[in-house]
Amino acid sequence: MSEGNGRPAFSVRAAELVVAALFIVLGGIVIFDSIRLGASWGADGPQPGYFPFYLGVIICVSSAITFGQALVMRKEKNGSFVDVEALRAVLSVLIPAAIYVALIGWIGIYVASALFVAAFMRWLGKYAWWKVAAVSIGNSVVFFLIFERWFLVPLPKGPLENLLGIA
Amino acid sequence: MIDDLQSLMHGFAVALSLQNLGLMLLGITLGVIIGVLPGLGGANGVAILLPLTFSMAQTPGGQTSAIILLSCIYWGALFGGAITSILFNIPGEPWSVATTFDGYPLAQKGRAGHALTAAFTSSFVGAFVAVLLITFLAPVIANFALEFGPPEFFGVYLLTFCAFVGMSKEPPFKTIAAMMTGFALAAVGTDPVTGTLRLTFGSVRLLNGFDFLIAVIGLFGIGEILLTLEEGLAFKGASAKLNLKAVIETWRELPRYWLTSVRSSVVGCFMGIVPGGATPASFMSYGVARRFSKDGDKFGSGQLEGVVAPETAAHAAGTSALLPMLTLGVPGSPTAAVLLGGLLIWGLQPGPLLFVEQKDFVWGLIASMYLGNIAGLVVVLTCVPLFAAILRIPFSVIAPIIVVVCAIGAYTVHNAIFDVWMMVVFGVLGYVFKKLSYPLAPLVLAIVLGDSAEASFRQAMLISAGDMRVFFSNGLVGTLTGLALFLLFWPAISLAWAKIRRKPARR
Repeated sequence: MSEGNGRPAFSVRAAELVVAALFIVLGGIVIFDSIRLGASWGADGPQPGYFPFYLGVIICVSSAITFGQALVMRKEKNGSFVDVEALRAVLSVLIPAAIYVALIGWIGIYVASALFVAAFMRWLGKYAWWKVAAVSIGNSVVFFLIFERWFLVPLPKGPLENLLGIA
Repeated sequence: MIDDLQSLMHGFAVALSLQNLGLMLLGITLGVIIGVLPGLGGANGVAILLPLTFSMAQTPGGQTSAIILLSCIYWGALFGGAITSILFNIPGEPWSVATTFDGYPLAQKGRAGHALTAAFTSSFVGAFVAVLLITFLAPVIANFALEFGPPEFFGVYLLTFCAFVGMSKEPPFKTIAAMMTGFALAAVGTDPVTGTLRLTFGSVRLLNGFDFLIAVIGLFGIGEILLTLEEGLAFKGASAKLNLKAVIETWRELPRYWLTSVRSSVVGCFMGIVPGGATPASFMSYGVARRFSKDGDKFGSGQLEGVVAPETAAHAAGTSALLPMLTLGVPGSPTAAVLLGGLLIWGLQPGPLLFVEQKDFVWGLIASMYLGNIAGLVVVLTCVPLFAAILRIPFSVIAPIIVVVCAIGAYTVHNAIFDVWMMVVFGVLGYVFKKLSYPLAPLVLAIVLGDSAEASFRQAMLISAGDMRVFFSNGLVGTLTGLALFLLFWPAISLAWAKIRRKPARR
């Protein structure tokens, strides 16, 4: 994967510890809520928290072991979880994707998709503007036809669709 | 037996309608495209298209058409994975990783056509053996399972999940943590027995719990895109010419490997029914073939046999994963889990009663497996250059489009933008889990089966008034539970065994 020569952004050990700790927190939340609901045997059988309580306990125990294993991990195994460059590549998709999702509720999925595809092609692919426009707009038009016209599944729409009267 | 054959013939009559044949071809084609594209695979491809079948399933006979469409996407994806493995040395699906070992060297030698033909043909053979198995074994198992009570069903669930711990390559404690997280996610929302709200913490969004379709689209779709990006993919591939001469030459050569095919089919069917899944099946079968073949030492340098073995096993496993899904309601793979979710949404209860109450549906599906795989073989053999061309589309164009497809898929499940956010969160989780080798399959299966597993556990507890010994109360449930515990502790047993054996040798 990313055992390249790049500078590591996180070590495997750090990633293992953080994820195992998060699992323990999750297990704790499950246990907490199960006890609140009653995790024992009620008058009419097992209470609602009966099953989840044990789930929480198992999550905590198994993740505590993973946590411990990560603590005593041998040095040669503790490589790079992700290189700085790889992390940059991942974030360069993740951040636009998050912005894209935020935009869907606001300007509709078709316009947001066109902008997202265009941004991606322009910045990462360095395509000429006319190609960017053709692919991004064409893509949204095709999806519009597939979903709104053929499958009759309405997707979120925004001001542009209202303006065109096709919302 | 005769009854079953009659039912199967009736199934063919259902599957052979013009509409269903059309859906079959559409499904296969879509499936191959999905299998070829990075970030889209069997599980999330089916998950994305599932909402489109909601309205289809409401027409009479529509449920059968819907399952035919979705299962054919699955077959197509199984076929498609091989194309990228052989031509580009990039496995389009995890189960085609083992196909790259000998497939890509063959392509580099200019024998891509032979490798592709061998891959497709052996995929077909593997699937065919598995469908035969389903045809004759499924009614027997379903009949047997009619007698199951809650303890037996919980025993089957326990066995399924313990099999993940015992058989997966991932560290056992990580497997358990991932699996239990899946169960916890399934528990969010309304308690199915008492109606109490659990783990919602006052949030209205969480009232209905987490939908596994969103989890699948995020974990497998977005997660895969992030991984692919990190590896900095540049597609450089062999040319994809497949002429009749290569096909015939390969078909002449293939019968020589009949023993490998048989062995791989057996490995595949076994791994598919116990939920080992197609990926370990393909590796295992490759290993077995290398050990037993007389050309074993040449494996890895471009042996046709090295393509035959993993492809046969992967398809046999992928197909036979539907056997426990249909008969017991316990899917053997993530994609089978998504199909099971589809059945539930369409209002069908998978399990032994399906064979009694929904004969048309079950036998139509089984018949469509025969036809779908034949159609698949024809489609992939004739259209390889077309599918390979898809891979020449640069990643900076195809990646955002795949993200858009995933977002639309996530939105259409409940028409909620919140779900699209959840998809992104699951995507990041999928990326991190994959890198730290937390397995995704048990997590997804646990989300799907969580409610049923809990219900059968609580019913069993009610019957026995809280006495755990109910899980050993008769021979059947005792065997299931015992086997499950054995598999659960298998990593510890094998570790201890290895230590015992090593010690005397050192002295």
